[in-house]
Amino acid sequence: MNNIITIFNREFKSYFSSPIAYVVIGLFLVLTGVFFYLLTSSFLQYAANLQWQAARMRQPAPPVNVNHMIIRPLFSNISVITLFVVPMITMRSFSDDKKTGTLELLLTSPVTTTHIVIGKFLAAFALYVIMALLTWVYPLVIIFFGDPDILPVSIAYIGIIGMGAASVGIGVWISSMTENQIISAMGTFVALLFLWLVGWFANFSSGAMSGFFQYLSIVEHFEDFSKGIFDTGHLMYYVSICGITLFLAHQSIESLRWRS
Amino acid sequence: MIEIKNLTKRYGSFLAVDNISFNVEQGKILGFLGPNGAGKTTTMRIVTGFMPATNGTIEVSGYNVQKDPIEVKRRIGYLPETPPLYVDMTVEEYLGFAGRIKQISSREVNSKIDLACEKVAISDVRKKVIKTLSKGYKQRVGLAQAIIHDPEVLILDEPTIGLDPIQIREVRELIKSLAGNHTIILSTHILPEVGMTCDEVIIIRKGEIIAKDTPDGLAKSLQGSEKMAVVVEGPLEDISEIVKKTEGVSEILDSNFGNGQSSLILKCDFKYNVRQSLSKSFSEKGWSLLEMKVEEATLEDVFIRMMSESEGAKS
Repeated sequence: MNNIITIFNREFKSYFSSPIAYVVIGLFLVLTGVFFYLLTSSFLQYAANLQWQAARMRQPAPPVNVNHMIIRPLFSNISVITLFVVPMITMRSFSDDKKTGTLELLLTSPVTTTHIVIGKFLAAFALYVIMALLTWVYPLVIIFFGDPDILPVSIAYIGIIGMGAASVGIGVWISSMTENQIISAMGTFVALLFLWLVGWFANFSSGAMSGFFQYLSIVEHFEDFSKGIFDTGHLMYYVSICGITLFLAHQSIESLRWRS
Repeated sequence: MIEIKNLTKRYGSFLAVDNISFNVEQGKILGFLGPNGAGKTTTMRIVTGFMPATNGTIEVSGYNVQKDPIEVKRRIGYLPETPPLYVDMTVEEYLGFAGRIKQISSREVNSKIDLACEKVAISDVRKKVIKTLSKGYKQRVGLAQAIIHDPEVLILDEPTIGLDPIQIREVRELIKSLAGNHTIILSTHILPEVGMTCDEVIIIRKGEIIAKDTPDGLAKSLQGSEKMAVVVEGPLEDISEIVKKTEGVSEILDSNFGNGQSSLILKCDFKYNVRQSLSKSFSEKGWSLLEMKVEEATLEDVFIRMMSESEGAKS
């Protein structure tokens, strides 16, 4: 446990000793902020329209649903943006150590490969969670001016964080296979994109294949979370992706010792 | 302290290390000498547990590297060829991390950092970010990392590579001062280094050990038939005549004449009193002996000879 904490600490601090963390978090907040602004603006326009129409008809304005019109699409957008941001977080994870030779220090120290993999994963994941939780400002703004349901928002966050665990796991695994950060980032991006698009394949196939593609799709699993539906099955999907990829990262680091 | 038996390492079909065995006693410095690509780094990486051997057993302080890698790693400090530095960290942060990962308790870690910094003389740059340091300092930070947990065994892969002559001397002194408390294996392809720092030398070539001795012993193995340079004031032909007749001179390797002086390079066997009889016969003839110098075999000679001998044996 101590070993994991040691590796986590170094890894986590290293994000902040280079510009990576600031740039990634900054970009993420700018992008999500733009979406929030657009969604809110169109919501207001729509609500104003309704009110105007209702006034003309001399009827009370019908209620509008903030959750439905702002929060749900906002979370869908956030989940798309993480697709671009996660590769930037995980690209250095193992690649940098492989390139600079510090992996040799880690692998000749009295720690196990499992400790190293978990420590590195947790550091990247922690950065992701911080970044994701910073988006709380948007629901807060809505709470201040409106009256949204809080529970679905919280559930959506569980989904965002679960999806992050899976994506970061994939990123860490891919970075363990290359010493080149660009290949690492690009590979992670393509892998994540594939898991996004695989749902489409379901539309063009039938039977068991269709179900399988559907199951594999990251979007499909996030859909329910963004609607505020909590389903342990979806969470299991994220946890299993995370577990499998970390196991693969472990194997790829171990196999280095055999090949190098 | 370190026991290596029948160590073999293959990369696919390439045989990097071929069935080598050796021991290092406690407190000794073993020099690992060989041209680039001879298998030095591979052997060291296997001893540190970085990669497994194809065959053979390695024991460090009684622990088997394959069976108890963690116990072995606790006892080893390793400086790879490129020091494994996190260049974004300060020296202090980096050593703190190295210490923690090598199982030093958080209570002790600060005093261990102090000690290591003092030993390798980097206390003045402790607060600096590693990437701003010079190559010599980086190498020393790497060395500090290797000794921070006070390991029984130190494995240093080309510790003086890329340093300037003054730094090289400092690092050598440092390594010597570490012996005694630590058992050290160091690799190099620089010959004088071995003579200056090591108690024992292993010469390795294409994955095989071709010689194993003390530095002096290796140099002595070439002695018995040594070269001697002689400069005499006198005619070359007459001198050559007399020299050839002298007992113990087996061959004149080279001769020159200029400014009334003859210079010769002789191959001699010093079992006979070659120098005495030569100077005596020169003075009898009235020629003044200007210079007489025995050229001792250096490790360089041994090395080159062994490399070419084993080359000949193979082809």
